[in-house]
Amino acid sequence: MVVNTAATTDAWRRLQFFFDSKLHVRLESIIVLAALGLAMTLLSPFFLSVSNFLNILLATTTIGVLAIAATLILSSNGLDLSLGSVLGFAGVVGAYFCVELEWPWFMAIVGALGAGALAGYINGVLITRLRIPAFIVTLGMLGIARGVGLIIAPNGGAIYGLPAPVVFLGQGRPLGIPMPVIILAIVAIIAHYVLSYSRFGHHTLAMGDNEAAARATGIPVESLRRKLYTISGLLAGMAGLIFMARVNAGDPTAGYTYELTAITAAIIGGTSLFGGKGSILGAMVGALIMGVLQNGLNLLAVQSYYQQIAIGAVLILAVCIDQMQSEKERKA
Amino acid sequence: MSLLEVKGVIKRFGAVQVLNGVDFAVEAGTVVGLVGDNGAGKSTLMKTITGLYATDDGEIRFDDESMAGLTPGQRRERGIEMIYQDLALAKQRNVASNIFLGREPVKRAFGFLPNFVDTAKMDADALKMIERLGARLPSIHRPVGLFSGGQQQTVAIARALTFNPKLVIMDEPTAALAVREVESVLKLIRQLKDEGIAVILISHRLNDVMEVTDRIVVLRQGRMEADLQTKSTQMREVVSYIVGAH
Repeated sequence: MVVNTAATTDAWRRLQFFFDSKLHVRLESIIVLAALGLAMTLLSPFFLSVSNFLNILLATTTIGVLAIAATLILSSNGLDLSLGSVLGFAGVVGAYFCVELEWPWFMAIVGALGAGALAGYINGVLITRLRIPAFIVTLGMLGIARGVGLIIAPNGGAIYGLPAPVVFLGQGRPLGIPMPVIILAIVAIIAHYVLSYSRFGHHTLAMGDNEAAARATGIPVESLRRKLYTISGLLAGMAGLIFMARVNAGDPTAGYTYELTAITAAIIGGTSLFGGKGSILGAMVGALIMGVLQNGLNLLAVQSYYQQIAIGAVLILAVCIDQMQSEKERKA
Repeated sequence: MSLLEVKGVIKRFGAVQVLNGVDFAVEAGTVVGLVGDNGAGKSTLMKTITGLYATDDGEIRFDDESMAGLTPGQRRERGIEMIYQDLALAKQRNVASNIFLGREPVKRAFGFLPNFVDTAKMDADALKMIERLGARLPSIHRPVGLFSGGQQQTVAIARALTFNPKLVIMDEPTAALAVREVESVLKLIRQLKDEGIAVILISHRLNDVMEVTDRIVVLRQGRMEADLQTKSTQMREVVSYIVGAH
């Protein structure tokens, strides 16, 4: 019996190691997602279907893109609280370009992505050149981006009537798969490669772990940080583009408090709030855990108030498990 | 011509002038001890050499090339390595990642994805380096933060030696080590000297400094107070220079 347990523990450890070091995602978070899916399947007859599955994915896309940004920034021991506001701001700019200014449709894409990247770049410059803490800078940007979005939009209302090619990005379904899901999948794969396998990602995680060490070994930490915040803004702009295309409007109030949900998804996926540890695949699993939870509780007709309690509890539980895990590692 | 030449280096932090025109040279293949009281400017001087601090005045030449304007990374490429007192390790990352920090070997994945870090090569080279140092680590796949002080020291040393340096600066490398580990660091310093690598050893342990160096440079209040041949001096003389009683 004893031998058997030891063998199982060993196999489990090896599986953990494989997921952690080769795929760069925590085995536990995938198991939690699977268990949650199984539970919902047993509880609700409507849960397990292709169309509901696509619903969950579609509902997860906006938060998913933001969670990628949050993961990159947290891994570097940074913080971006402006994600949700920049999302709204970028959508308004995109819609303003092609509706109010009547520029060609692709300018909606250029406008949204450009506005997001610009906001992120400004964050990065203020943080690295003026040495203002990221918390303060991005908190300021949270207010500024929201305000500018409301000013650009006529009377602070949404800008409706986007060109068909833009709407396709949000509502199109090539081969039955929603466009936002396709976009998220592509972005997530690229970002996962960048963070976990590329030199850029290694430097990001090293800087998040020990900035002085990264600087001493010759990693250009300031310019790396500026790049990360610019990418974060660009991704928020992309989320804004997807959101705008889905609802066929540039809404300046879109994405309110989304930054907190995105950070929650990243942390549930195993990213450290204090830098040095992060996984894009993990963040996707984290976003899906929240998506499945929300969808399942909706199907079970649980009031939305209780859903917020559930998500809060999952966040604390995830960090709790992580703490116990690293405690065990230290003793091993 | 010396391998490293420091001439009239001045460094201020706000109103405080930490280095008041330091002159200092290191020949290839020699071991130089750098001693001085707390606050004498030893670490600051070393950080101006590695490029972490910019000098306010004066010149630093390495291998007959001015180091002005070169980043820490560029100076590492030219052969200046430093082992920091706090070891400067990324504690959550594994041995290989730390040894290759900032210089990860890359390959193309699937024939087209650029900048893909070659972890297999990194692991293999890291293992070779650890073995060359004659050290033993529990596993090179574990985060270095889980290792003991001596084991972390091994990783920091391995990082400094992996890229064929010409000059290795060691800031208090023996401060946190057990007796047996100190002995192996001193042995390593001699080994580096035999390979023609210059070493600057910063240490408060004058016994170690007397034992392993060719020259001892005393820094006092941001100036070079003395430049002594280790063979023809005694610890008492060194101490008197350090406290300014000479």
